[in-house]
Amino acid sequence: MSDVVATTRTILVVGGGISGTTAALEAAEAGADVLLLEKDASLGGRVSQLSRHYPTLGPPACGLEIDLRRLGASRRLRVLTLAEVVRIDGQPGDYTATVRLRPRYVNERCTACGDCARAVEAEFPDEHDCGLGTRRGAYLPFPMAYPQRYVLDPRILGTPDAERAKAACKVGAVDLEMGEREARVKAGAVIWATGWRPYDAAKIEPYGYGRVPDVVSSLEFERLADPLGPTGGRLLRPSDGREAHRVAFVLCAGSCDKNHLRHCSRVCCAAALKQAACVTGRLGDEADVTLYYVDIRVTDFLEDFYRKVRSDPRVKFVRSKVAQMTRDVASASPVLHGVATDGGQRYAHAHDLVVLAVGMEPGVPEDALPSRLVTHAGGFVAPDPANGAIFAAGCAAEPLDVGRSIQHATAAALRALQVVRRVGGAEG
Amino acid sequence: MGEAGKVMIEAVEDRGEDYSGDFLAEVEARVEEGEWVTMCTQCGVCSGSCPLGPDWEHPPHRIFQLIRANRRDEVLGSPSVWMCTSCHACVVRCPRGVPVAHVMHGLAHYAVRRGLAPADPPTRRLAERFWENVVRTGRVNEPRLALSLLFANGLAEGVRRTLRSRDAGLGLLKAGRMSRLAAVAGDGVKDPAELRAILEKARAIELAKAAALED
Ligand SMILES: Cc1cc2nc3c(=O)[nH]c(=O)nc-3n(C[C@H](O)[C@H](O)[C@H](O)COP(=O)(O)OP(=O)(O)OC[C@H]3O[C@@H](n4cnc5c(N)ncnc54)[C@H](O)[C@@H]3O)c2cc1C
Ligand code: SF4
Ligand code: SF4
Ligand code: SF4
Ligand code: SF4
Repeated sequence: MSDVVATTRTILVVGGGISGTTAALEAAEAGADVLLLEKDASLGGRVSQLSRHYPTLGPPACGLEIDLRRLGASRRLRVLTLAEVVRIDGQPGDYTATVRLRPRYVNERCTACGDCARAVEAEFPDEHDCGLGTRRGAYLPFPMAYPQRYVLDPRILGTPDAERAKAACKVGAVDLEMGEREARVKAGAVIWATGWRPYDAAKIEPYGYGRVPDVVSSLEFERLADPLGPTGGRLLRPSDGREAHRVAFVLCAGSCDKNHLRHCSRVCCAAALKQAACVTGRLGDEADVTLYYVDIRVTDFLEDFYRKVRSDPRVKFVRSKVAQMTRDVASASPVLHGVATDGGQRYAHAHDLVVLAVGMEPGVPEDALPSRLVTHAGGFVAPDPANGAIFAAGCAAEPLDVGRSIQHATAAALRALQVVRRVGGAEG
Repeated sequence: MGEAGKVMIEAVEDRGEDYSGDFLAEVEARVEEGEWVTMCTQCGVCSGSCPLGPDWEHPPHRIFQLIRANRRDEVLGSPSVWMCTSCHACVVRCPRGVPVAHVMHGLAHYAVRRGLAPADPPTRRLAERFWENVVRTGRVNEPRLALSLLFANGLAEGVRRTLRSRDAGLGLLKAGRMSRLAAVAGDGVKDPAELRAILEKARAIELAKAAALED
């Protein structure tokens, strides 16, 4: 970190998801000095966990790849990973951020050859796969990770595995002496792009998430559907590994609900439609998909996509907020209960897999924000003059899809540029 | 207007139904908690969670639907609003915070005020007997309440009904939920006169509230 020089003319971008990466690139390409800090070991954020991407239905890796190329070409932009911003003091034109730097135990000599991972024995739940699979104690977070550098899990430190990793590395990249540090950096403006977290579905008690393995969250579905995920893209039920055919999507799971998140999370309808199309695309005529919804909130151009999925006979639409999940005694499959309000029928449908379209909460909860910021209900950072030159971008500000996150982040970059230009002008 | 819109209007006219009346406005103005009706998004989780839902003609979300469809007689004459046991499963789950149970009771009360309540829904009789029973001493006398309900339609049917309910009765006795002695003796609160004064006052408040809704 000692080589990082940041001044009051620097734009500090916090969070290396699609929003933070976009804002950092736009500001740097416009001529500003930018420091991008990401708390995890790789850039990418949640988008790196998505299997496919609406509206194109292509793999999201394409967009990331373009950004990574731009990163390589940008000399005014510096990136630090494993760097979490915990506190911001100061005012527009003169901020100081406190950063917690976690050790990677691997230095920049790493060639990502993977020898250390093969040498280490310990396995841990893979965070990137929402814990649906495991990874070694020395690992690359995911294939497209940036930087392409391995990480040692701190839990293997002090065990023979740490020594094995060190011994396996032919280029001397493993450094077991690294430790956690705290650093302070200056900035004239801050772009707060800390993204979102899935709402904890276990709080929706009647749906059985956390108690019944075949009830999964929409983010977990993304990992199951990803060809590079823990099941190789096959929709295998967590309980018994059988392929799921009867797949249910429960919309508004925790959103639009005064008992949970009051706001509409905005992307989950379109994401569920995408996931439904993913099941029919994979299973063909064997797909038996049911979508339980209260409203379908897709706007503008996505309407056509909605019509297309809706006209697919393999996808049933049931207008109902699911009341309860039980398990079938014989098959142990989850059974959903409720009343369909478009026809009045009471239903009890068995499914192989139930996917809860969970809502979005801000990535950093309101009480953990690094300075006092004006927020919307729910803790999303508001565009308020009282927040000075701390501009929220992407899902840190409101639930947004990737396209809109990019627009939002570009706008935030423009606001930040204006502030550091003023600082530059004043300093002559 | 597109083709689809035209077809829909013709269909409504064909059935001779009128959805344009102001029953919704009437409910909002006159029914206790009636202003909540437009907060309902028809998600159905109240009906899906209601333990009595499967046995009702009009589960709660349907009542809200019918109000907005201007079906005044059907709603006010519905025995369903009398079926609510105030378990509050709907109230705690409604994503919009609608106090569903209170609206049900508000509608039942309003139906009585308008003389449109169904003549003899079983729960109405239970409510009335329960009330008579509890105001007397301030304690519910369960055996007496049960007997008064079972024999409400005369001796012969009472005996038949008692025999039919005997397992439930024995179960209650065994679980200590019903005292045999209470049928003849029974206890009460210390000062029943004071209790009656309190209830009288509460009644006056309720009547004033209902009167205000009629203004
Ligand atoms: C199930 C599901 C499917 C979806 N599918 C699609 C889709 O198909 N198409 C689409 O357009 N959108 C989709 N989305 C929406 C998409 O995920 C978001 O638009 C996108 O992730 C927003 O990016 P972001 O950068 O704002 O936030 P994030 O992706 O959450 O990135 C935030 C980053 O900030 C980092 N961070 C957090 N706190 C700190 C801190 N204190 N210091 C430093 N760094 C920090 C995090 O580690 C993370 O890397 C989907 C969403 C869901 C829930
Ligand atoms: S740390 Fe060494 S062994 Fe491990 S991937 Fe990097 S270069 Fe290879
Ligand atoms: S986007 Fe759809 S599923 Fe998500 S909260 Fe809004 S209405 Fe519910
Ligand atoms: S739960 Fe609430 S919003 Fe849903 S149908 Fe019932 S009253 Fe309406
Ligand atoms: S309170 Fe009444 S309407 Fe609500 S769930 Fe219970 S019985 Fe049904």
